[in-house]
Amino acid sequence: MADVAVRLTQLTKRFGGDATGRRVAKFVDGATPGDSILAVDHIDLEVRDREFFSLLGPSGCGKTTTLRMIGGFEQPTSGRIELAGEDVTWLPPYQRNVNTVFQNYALFPHLTVFENVAFGLRRRKVADGEVRTRVTEMLALVELPGYERRKPGQLSGGQAQRVALARALVNKPAVLLLDEPLGALDLKLRKQMQVELKRIQQEVGITFIYVTHDQEEAMTMSDRIAVMSRGRYEQLGDPEVLYEHPKTRFVAGFLGVSNLLPATRAGSVNGYAGFRLGSGTAVRVPLTLLEGRAAGYAVGVRPEKIRLFEPKDEVPAGLNQAPGVISDASYLGVSTQYIVTLADGHRVTVYEQNVQRATKAELWASGEQVVLAWAPEHCFVVEDGGATDTASIETPSPEPVVA
Amino acid sequence: MTATTAPITLAGPPRSVARRGARWIAGNLPWVYVGLVILYLVVPIAVIALFSFNDPVSKSNLVWHGFTLKYWLNPLGVPGLGDALATSLRIAFASTAVATVLGTLIALALVRYDFRGKGLANLLIFLPMATPEIVLGASLLTLFVQVGQPRSELTILIAHIMFNISYVVVTVRARLAGFDRNLEEAAMDLGANPWTTFWRVTFPLILPGIVAAALLAFSLSIDDFVITNFTAGPTVTFPMFIWGAARVGVPVQVNVIGTIIFVAAVGLVAISTLAQRRRSA
Repeated sequence: MADVAVRLTQLTKRFGGDATGRRVAKFVDGATPGDSILAVDHIDLEVRDREFFSLLGPSGCGKTTTLRMIGGFEQPTSGRIELAGEDVTWLPPYQRNVNTVFQNYALFPHLTVFENVAFGLRRRKVADGEVRTRVTEMLALVELPGYERRKPGQLSGGQAQRVALARALVNKPAVLLLDEPLGALDLKLRKQMQVELKRIQQEVGITFIYVTHDQEEAMTMSDRIAVMSRGRYEQLGDPEVLYEHPKTRFVAGFLGVSNLLPATRAGSVNGYAGFRLGSGTAVRVPLTLLEGRAAGYAVGVRPEKIRLFEPKDEVPAGLNQAPGVISDASYLGVSTQYIVTLADGHRVTVYEQNVQRATKAELWASGEQVVLAWAPEHCFVVEDGGATDTASIETPSPEPVVA
Repeated sequence: MTATTAPITLAGPPRSVARRGARWIAGNLPWVYVGLVILYLVVPIAVIALFSFNDPVSKSNLVWHGFTLKYWLNPLGVPGLGDALATSLRIAFASTAVATVLGTLIALALVRYDFRGKGLANLLIFLPMATPEIVLGASLLTLFVQVGQPRSELTILIAHIMFNISYVVVTVRARLAGFDRNLEEAAMDLGANPWTTFWRVTFPLILPGIVAAALLAFSLSIDDFVITNFTAGPTVTFPMFIWGAARVGVPVQVNVIGTIIFVAAVGLVAISTLAQRRRSA
């Protein structure tokens, strides 16, 4: 087990009653001034040394507040924050060995790029010669050599982002906190910076805690992700685990596209649990996937895991099957997205790579009868929580998660 | 044929010149407008500067009589003028210094913190600006008489600091309103304590606002007449000296000093603007 870089114990932040509550209330949906808001709700968390850890969640889920408490910009209502085993809960930001990359970069507009990056070193009275060496090194690392004398106003968004990163990393913090640092960049630059950030993290070997609402961004870079909602994290794990086996409806819906079908238990056979879907179709799921789930299930399957067959085709044995009718087909180039309506009216999203079928004539068309088939091992089971007939919860970004 | 075309060709050129002129004015209307505004603003000042070179025959400096440099070579050559100017400068510098420091601190408090009575404080800050000067002067006089404070340079100073604070607060507050608090958090994140954060980040960034506030305060103090007149007692400031002199005829030296003050003020503003432009470049 690797060393723990950051440990949060029962960390809680409640805004409200006082002036800070008024300020925050404006940003939290449904909150009225004077309400107290539980932004972070008794979080226990361990971030390992040198890992790229992401806090992922929608706005208002408490991820930024958590980050700000680690940085020292917010004081917790209760709980404890440890950095490398040392209790820093009540230390001010300038006495913590962490540095932050702010969402809007927060570069000092009156200082040159060089002095921006040197700011932390100067505070620690590092000798001039060493300052020069380290700043130059750092600007090389973020691929901005020769920009020393520019002012922040003369930089593009991507360049400002790199300077902000250099300014934080030059201090060799134990942990680097990043608050949606790529949010202001355009898509192409963002993708490029994602790769870059991961490279830099591996090169400097510093623990990164990364806050984002972009599931793809979190999946691309993170070693582990905590998916947050309403002040708590719903699930913590590797990106693959979160994607393949989400434990809750929220996680299933927030990471990628998933089809969730309400189901009732119907016995067990040979290590498989039987389920009956609303349409009456029986499906099987490995029993191990039920661990830790209470009664009231929904069976989920990712759109790219489903294969489409014609009713007359023979579906390979061992697969779960459900008949349906194509109600929509969208050609996406690399793949085609189908919406299939099951017998009970549930709509299921299916992605099919355009390999076997690629031309218009070969693709499925609306109204065609099909059979959906998928492996039991590709299922996941979430607690249904009495939710409505949301067959397909989609993330805000309509981008399909297809390789 | 020629008879019918001739009048048209004759009448043509003048009409087209007029039309071209009208079109030019229409096309350059913004510049014409700007030119007129600048003219309107500059002419009175130009007259003052021009008449500082006048060589009047009587005490009244209202009619142009001829060019001379003698008043420029001897700008304090009127009894009392030098003392009055020195008094005004002393008061202006002192009241600007005190009001700028206090006003900046008040502005920081009003923008940064929530506290009981903040709304009231905001209102009170506006009062000295909203109250007619004549009323303010009269009530200050009443106050000083009531508390038995003899009128002197000190009472003028107190009065000037009072109204200057308001202008400083309003000016600095405007600068602070657009201030990105993340910059201060970033400084602290990088190891700067609150004191260092203020002097390394906050202060340099709001300095243009503070300088603007100080310039405004200085110019308000040095030319104030109404409030000063009520609170001066035996003290004579530069504006009061002119007021007294005006009854017999304003000496040319007043134009000289007025021109110097104007040039100095424009120079200061130009320097601060240039400095700011260079810093943000």
